[in-house]
Amino acid sequence: MSNASIKFSDVSVGDELPGLNVPLTPAVIVGGAIASRDFTPVHHDKSAAQGQGLNDVIMNILTTNGYVGRYVTDWAGPDAVVKEVSIRLGAPNMPGDTMKMSGTVVAASDGVVEVQVVGKNAWGNHVDGTVSVALKAGD
Amino acid sequence: MPLTKEQKQELEAKMREFVGKPIGAPDVGRDAVNEPMIRQWCDAMGDTNPAYLDPDAAASTVHGGLVAPPTMMQAWTMHGFDMAKGYDEPQDGQQHLHKLLGDHGYTGVVGTDTKQGYTRYLRPGDVVCAETVIESISEEKATHLGLGYFITTRTTFRDQDGEEVGWMTFRVLKYVPAERPAAAATDSGDGAAPAPPGRIRPPRGHDNAWWWDLVDQGTFPIQQCNGCKALHHPPRPMCNACRSMDMGWVEASGAGTLYSFTIIRHPQFPGYDFPVIAALVELEEGTRIVSSVIDCKPEDVKIGMKLSGFIHEDHDGFKLPMFRPARPAA
Repeated sequence: MSNASIKFSDVSVGDELPGLNVPLTPAVIVGGAIASRDFTPVHHDKSAAQGQGLNDVIMNILTTNGYVGRYVTDWAGPDAVVKEVSIRLGAPNMPGDTMKMSGTVVAASDGVVEVQVVGKNAWGNHVDGTVSVALKAGD
Repeated sequence: MPLTKEQKQELEAKMREFVGKPIGAPDVGRDAVNEPMIRQWCDAMGDTNPAYLDPDAAASTVHGGLVAPPTMMQAWTMHGFDMAKGYDEPQDGQQHLHKLLGDHGYTGVVGTDTKQGYTRYLRPGDVVCAETVIESISEEKATHLGLGYFITTRTTFRDQDGEEVGWMTFRVLKYVPAERPAAAATDSGDGAAPAPPGRIRPPRGHDNAWWWDLVDQGTFPIQQCNGCKALHHPPRPMCNACRSMDMGWVEASGAGTLYSFTIIRHPQFPGYDFPVIAALVELEEGTRIVSSVIDCKPEDVKIGMKLSGFIHEDHDGFKLPMFRPARPAA
């Protein structure tokens, strides 16, 4: 990401964020679980996941939150201050797939913009949610 | 075995005792907020935000110095490696509640949604403490996974001075798993992603299997009464014009007109390309069929438009008639 940050006055409702494709390697899924200190077996142990009727390990919620937050701050820049992240979970993220992220500005008032974020994989929407982020005022 | 009304009332009374109560003593993060764990998080998330990684660059941002990624808040109080071992006995009120439901057949659990708010960003040296309360339990709901209860917890995150740094609500569904074939049985074991799910298949019974069998061969059939020659769709055992049970079929040309339609945008269940243009098509032979229109933008759909039918084949080999806008005659 660049060190430049978006200013509130630069943003309009309806603006679309650049897309981000997240390759769902085993490293991304297992690495995200370990980095978030979530050692629940379904996030790192394929046989445990299969024991629960899944095909493979699945991304944990903290990693999904991490990608949703990163996706918005990649666009908004290091001066952005994330206020709230609200997500609904759908199709699980599994190795071999790709999560395609997209975002749209749906509200902007008092220096805070609300971005609607969708992360889609081959099965459907893995995540949809909204992120509220405070931006610096324009010059 | 489904619970009797009395058993369910007894279970729900026991569940209500958990509502509004803390699940146990606050969880204090084992390690203070620290740069190595932040860097590991950023590596895994592909996050290169200098506010999290570069002290000099971070100093010149609104944060005034290094901060932890806000979405990492919950990670500071997670239990880490011990979580892999599993526990024989419930460790806190939430696990007791889950066990209570599990013992009554509600063995499945799935996280459905979560919301976090950040009062302030965490900085290296902060010690995070999490206090979790069972906020609410829903009425019993019928879901696509099975019957279950939504349990919402609310966690308040505080720092070493007891000040709130953020909060989280987290909702799980505890449910009675529906009987289903094990997904693992279809795994090829080669590490490839599971194939995307296909369209919901129509049941094939005595009265309609012949029609789908013809579609499988690439034919678009319309049922026709051999007695009075009336056309029918969907297929049926008896002609509702002349009551004959002697039924045959003719092949549709595919030419038709859009009689009515609706556009399905939500919910986007897997196996379909949304938005779906669900169409009632009047075939030129004289009966109507429910299908979908593809290769057409939703804003271009007009009642009365000319359509051209064909047999579509899904990625998993399933065939069905579909329509696309007819090309104007040359």
